[in-house]
Amino acid sequence: MNPVYLDHNATTPVHPQVLEALLPYYTQHFGNPSSIHWAGRATDGALEKAREQVAALINATPAEIVFTSCGSEGINFALKGSAQILQDKGRHLITTAVEHPAVLETCRALETDGWQVSYLPVDAEGQLDLDLLENTITEQTVMISVMWANNETGTLFPIAEIGEIARRHQLRFHSDMVQAVGRMPLDVQQAGLDLAAISGHKFGAPKGVGALYIRSGTRLEPLIHGGHQERNRRAGTSNVAGIVGLGVACELAGSVLSADVGRIRSLRDRLEDGLFSRLDNLNLNGPTERDLRLPNTLNLSFDRISGESLLLNLDLKGIAASSGSACSSGSLESSHVLSAMGVDPDRAQSSIRFSLGADNSIDEIDFVLQELPVIVERLRKIRPVAG
Amino acid sequence: MSAEKKRVVVAMSGGVDSSVTAALLKEQGYDVIGMTMQVWDYSSFTAENGETFGSCCSLDDVYDARRVAERLEIPFYVINFEKDFQRHVIDNFCNEYFAGRTPNPCVLCNQVLKFELLMHKALELEADYLATGHYAQILQRDGQPALYKGLDDAKDQSYFLFTLTPQQMAKTLFPLGGMTKDEVREHALRFKLQVADKAESQDICFVPDGNYVRFIEEERGDGQKDGEIVHHSGQVLGRHKGIYRYTVGQRKGLGLSWREPLYVIGIDAEHCRVIVGEKNLLSRSSFELHRCLWNIPCPSEPLNVECRIRYRQQPVAARVSPLPEEGARIEFELPQKGITPGQAAVFYLGERVIGGGWIA
Repeated sequence: MNPVYLDHNATTPVHPQVLEALLPYYTQHFGNPSSIHWAGRATDGALEKAREQVAALINATPAEIVFTSCGSEGINFALKGSAQILQDKGRHLITTAVEHPAVLETCRALETDGWQVSYLPVDAEGQLDLDLLENTITEQTVMISVMWANNETGTLFPIAEIGEIARRHQLRFHSDMVQAVGRMPLDVQQAGLDLAAISGHKFGAPKGVGALYIRSGTRLEPLIHGGHQERNRRAGTSNVAGIVGLGVACELAGSVLSADVGRIRSLRDRLEDGLFSRLDNLNLNGPTERDLRLPNTLNLSFDRISGESLLLNLDLKGIAASSGSACSSGSLESSHVLSAMGVDPDRAQSSIRFSLGADNSIDEIDFVLQELPVIVERLRKIRPVAG
Repeated sequence: MSAEKKRVVVAMSGGVDSSVTAALLKEQGYDVIGMTMQVWDYSSFTAENGETFGSCCSLDDVYDARRVAERLEIPFYVINFEKDFQRHVIDNFCNEYFAGRTPNPCVLCNQVLKFELLMHKALELEADYLATGHYAQILQRDGQPALYKGLDDAKDQSYFLFTLTPQQMAKTLFPLGGMTKDEVREHALRFKLQVADKAESQDICFVPDGNYVRFIEEERGDGQKDGEIVHHSGQVLGRHKGIYRYTVGQRKGLGLSWREPLYVIGIDAEHCRVIVGEKNLLSRSSFELHRCLWNIPCPSEPLNVECRIRYRQQPVAARVSPLPEEGARIEFELPQKGITPGQAAVFYLGERVIGGGWIA
């Protein structure tokens, strides 16, 4: 069996059509889009085409798209850039306890700058209480930041309803939509968003490119100062090839979305149903209702074993999954998302996340269904040590 | 993986010894998996001048271990043992100093972290063995595995491993035990391992600057366990700012004026007293041990052995008499300096480690 990759929430392979489209921009069309001459013009057009492609996927206008280097940059830009503009109106921000570290750590940085941040709790299925959200708003509140979909559990948040609350209270609204792009239809206008961060490599574009949606009329202090690129909003020579790739990936996501997502969802369901029928003492982390979850994500706890050991055993069989979010040193720490959901620490330690993508097949899922229960049963038989 | 190919997990620190261990086992045809224990967040440990310390298992070395594993084309995992390390090693380290003893965290780290927790991880991956780069040997004696000194006398690390049980030894490989450090360096060159010229780590890994007092105060807060400095005759000579600042044999930092140089000769934790005396009082010819372990049947009669009371000390002739409740009494032929409560005393018969315990 070839290696099986079930960690698409961490990153995805570059789509062949994306690669084909972007390669000429490393050699043939190498110009700096800010240059006035023929070489610059050739790439400037490509940049603007990509901007249209990204905008079309999320129902924005091209002028509302700023290219960035990654999701984290977009999030930092959105939050810190807003903080500088809004701080005279108030210094309170509302977010959730289950955001990606890019949001949480940026909020902590703002806290050291004198901001107050409310981290909303979630229930056992990872869902927010919108009444609580509304009651958390004070006169000092100026911004809400809620992720569209959770990277660990796949929990989808009611972004449009939150957008409604934000609009009612005239608050700026940002969403980290990194995990949602390419996995569900997205409409930033319907959602009432002012800001939304996108990362290319989560849906078939290369690493090192992303975008921030900035609703027309939303003032934002730049994060990176320098040249006049991106309408003075983000300095730095444009990553032309990456941006071309991001554009094509967005176009593909828009055109193949429904068919691909349906297939991925059925593979995920096959994995979920198959594991529950083969193993006891298995718990789902996240919404039981599948429609309230990303179609590609499955987070499970296998009682009485360490998720880490399961992960390493799967890796030795060529199966790539993940436990919580990967940290930079490659070591494992327990998940802040699961603990916010009230999952007890033992169960959190026994969790594994599978996240599927368009490249997965039924055979691969069946291979996992054949190998994984054997590993789990074996690990359950090994006497634990008194750690 | 072929059926007869044995799987071994190598504890890799990024240093030359464990890197050569992994390379040799791979060369010998084992199915090798590399693992690094992340035990301590070194990023938080910075000197006042902003310099960050490197030591035996800093994060930098995790990157080195990963690079070696990539070179050897073996799977490599970083296992986070920070909580276990805190609980079993750091907390014990501080508690021991607060109890007036001088701890030996390396023995505990081997005992609990490497040969229990990491061994368990290895077994969970269907490994037949756990291998480390220690300079010690496991040889079969009377059908049982037995621990022996490493061949290179200058590098021998058997002192740190006396707690190994026969069950653990049966699943442990020390490929460097029969080599000298020079041979290991040659292997490193032969395998083109970039770690070959690294400096040796000497200090306790989590106190890389050697300032253990500051470390304990960062962990537990300062100003605790202060009290009197008392001459062994009973005369109070001054005050100290915490018994954890003192170790038996210490001369510096006492701040006392006396007709002769004074040394710490004991610590009375119950009364928070540091007891000092003249140099001749540092030498003793007998002491007691507790929590003894035997790698031979516990002797019923006093036994003549060689005893090592600290790492890098040559074993000296001694007579060990077992006492009830895993205790023992040690009598040296000649009085010895530096009998330090909290350190391990390890017994040898020739090259073989036959047991050990903790100095009471």
